[in-house]
Amino acid sequence: MSWFAVSPVELDALRLSLWVALVAVALSLPLAVAVAYVLARCRFWGHGLLNALVHLPLVLPPVVTGYLLLVVFGRKGTLGPALDALGLQLAFTSAGAALAAAVMAFPLIVRAIRLALEAVDPRLEEAAGTLGASPFKVFAFVTLPLILPGLIAGAVVGFAKALGEFGATITFVSNIPGETQTLASAIYAVLQVPGQEAAVGRMIALSLILSFGALMLSEILARKMVRR
Amino acid sequence: MSLDLDFHLTRGGFSLQVQVTAPAGVTVIFGPSGSGKTTFLRAVAGLEQVDRGKIVIEGSDITERPAYRRAVGYLFQEPRLMPHLTVLGNLKFAQKMGRQVARQSFDEVIALLELGDLLNRTPFALSGGEAQRVALGRALLSAPKCLCLDEPLSALDQGLKHRILPYLERLRDRTEIPILYVTHDPAEMARLADHIVLMQAGRSVLSGPVEAILSDPAAVPYLGVRAAGTVISGQVMAPDPTTGLAVMGFDGGRLILPELSQSKGRHIRIRIPAQDIVLAREKPKGLSALNVFEGTITQLHAGQGPGVMVQFKTGKTLFLARVTQYSAQNMGLALGQTIFAIVKATAFDPAGIGT
Repeated sequence: MSWFAVSPVELDALRLSLWVALVAVALSLPLAVAVAYVLARCRFWGHGLLNALVHLPLVLPPVVTGYLLLVVFGRKGTLGPALDALGLQLAFTSAGAALAAAVMAFPLIVRAIRLALEAVDPRLEEAAGTLGASPFKVFAFVTLPLILPGLIAGAVVGFAKALGEFGATITFVSNIPGETQTLASAIYAVLQVPGQEAAVGRMIALSLILSFGALMLSEILARKMVRR
Repeated sequence: MSLDLDFHLTRGGFSLQVQVTAPAGVTVIFGPSGSGKTTFLRAVAGLEQVDRGKIVIEGSDITERPAYRRAVGYLFQEPRLMPHLTVLGNLKFAQKMGRQVARQSFDEVIALLELGDLLNRTPFALSGGEAQRVALGRALLSAPKCLCLDEPLSALDQGLKHRILPYLERLRDRTEIPILYVTHDPAEMARLADHIVLMQAGRSVLSGPVEAILSDPAAVPYLGVRAAGTVISGQVMAPDPTTGLAVMGFDGGRLILPELSQSKGRHIRIRIPAQDIVLAREKPKGLSALNVFEGTITQLHAGQGPGVMVQFKTGKTLFLARVTQYSAQNMGLALGQTIFAIVKATAFDPAGIGT
């Protein structure tokens, strides 16, 4: 077997990693915009608490986050019966892997969008209001286009984070080949067995290509924005 | 079409009390900084909430409506153009957001403000004056029932100001909506105003037509002695045969003006500051000044300062002159007296001559 021949297990891990990262970003983006908007624009009691809660996965040991996900979303967890009734199982499934990745990426996405929102001149939004734009239209036609670079940056950073998520994922959904084994957990698995240097090398190369590609993409998009 | 305002609001320690009716045309809101002019405009546009009172446009009460449902166009001190849109995009934005079709068509606004060459530029590529013209066009295209202009020229240098003023004069002459115009520049006020509202410490203290307010001695404490003076409207006549200088006819006589670029028959208005008029009890002889009018003293007003404001009438035009108290006593000025007013032809600021 040549060094470059990617095995079906590795291919599965790659495919799953991409799917998990995409779903995680797609699901957290709208919520992240909403939370970032509230954090950037609203002053209310509990503002600091919400901010801390959003950033918690960033500072908590990932294994703790994974455990808490089990406690809340596991079959016997707080929301387990409710999810069961919906026919949805998260613990030890690929959907759960996406959830774990989303939770871990969320603070990074919120941060990027919040910074972009804080850079928007509220006087432009005020001017749009005097031109007849309702608050929703102001958001859709003024705020959103202005934060687009931040939104994209947040999405790319979130994607990269979701791609590499390991601790919370392996705690919440384990490491089942073909079902929950992402690239990171596959690397971890082969590292446990001696004599798998070729497989480790290939997967690390894949990780590098993916992460580097994501960074390049964000750079290109950012430049396009500036040129406009 | 008119704007009826009677409201009160309090912000922190500042309170604003406004009671004004603004008819179609330009109503200039004049006062020192901190007198509440901007808050006044923001309240009309719905950007500040009033505590009590009413804001009525064309008979409909808009007091409770949010800013975006008021149809009050607003030109801020800075242009506030959308940086992610081109000039055309900014103008179309207003058309799209405004709930009704603007009175002026897109092409009319482009022509009025000469925006044709700017349409494909981004806001970053505009000069301050151009950006403010685009912002004005944008406000017009949002189909406003009233326009609020908040010191739109204050961020521009003197030269640019005089390039924008003619656009504002044209706008005034071509729309029938009320325009509220905040400024603290007497020359701008004299050129644009049809009506004046004087603000002092959060209150509208005096309001009325421009000719009446500017030649009213009672308004001088609020205007300041430098801003007090007569605004005369008249028509450009044939040049003076002996001197070749331009002549403007008004109700009460004729004025000889230097450097008048307007052509014959044009309607113009000029401002004569009260401190630029010299008074005499007898008809002066052998004088270099070209403009001498005979008038009757209608009001004498001694202020707190060393000056006395003398209002006199020539034809139907009321003039205001400022002399020292010493001169007033020495000359024995009294109501109903006949006096002669001397105005130097070079006293007129050519840039202060409006249409």
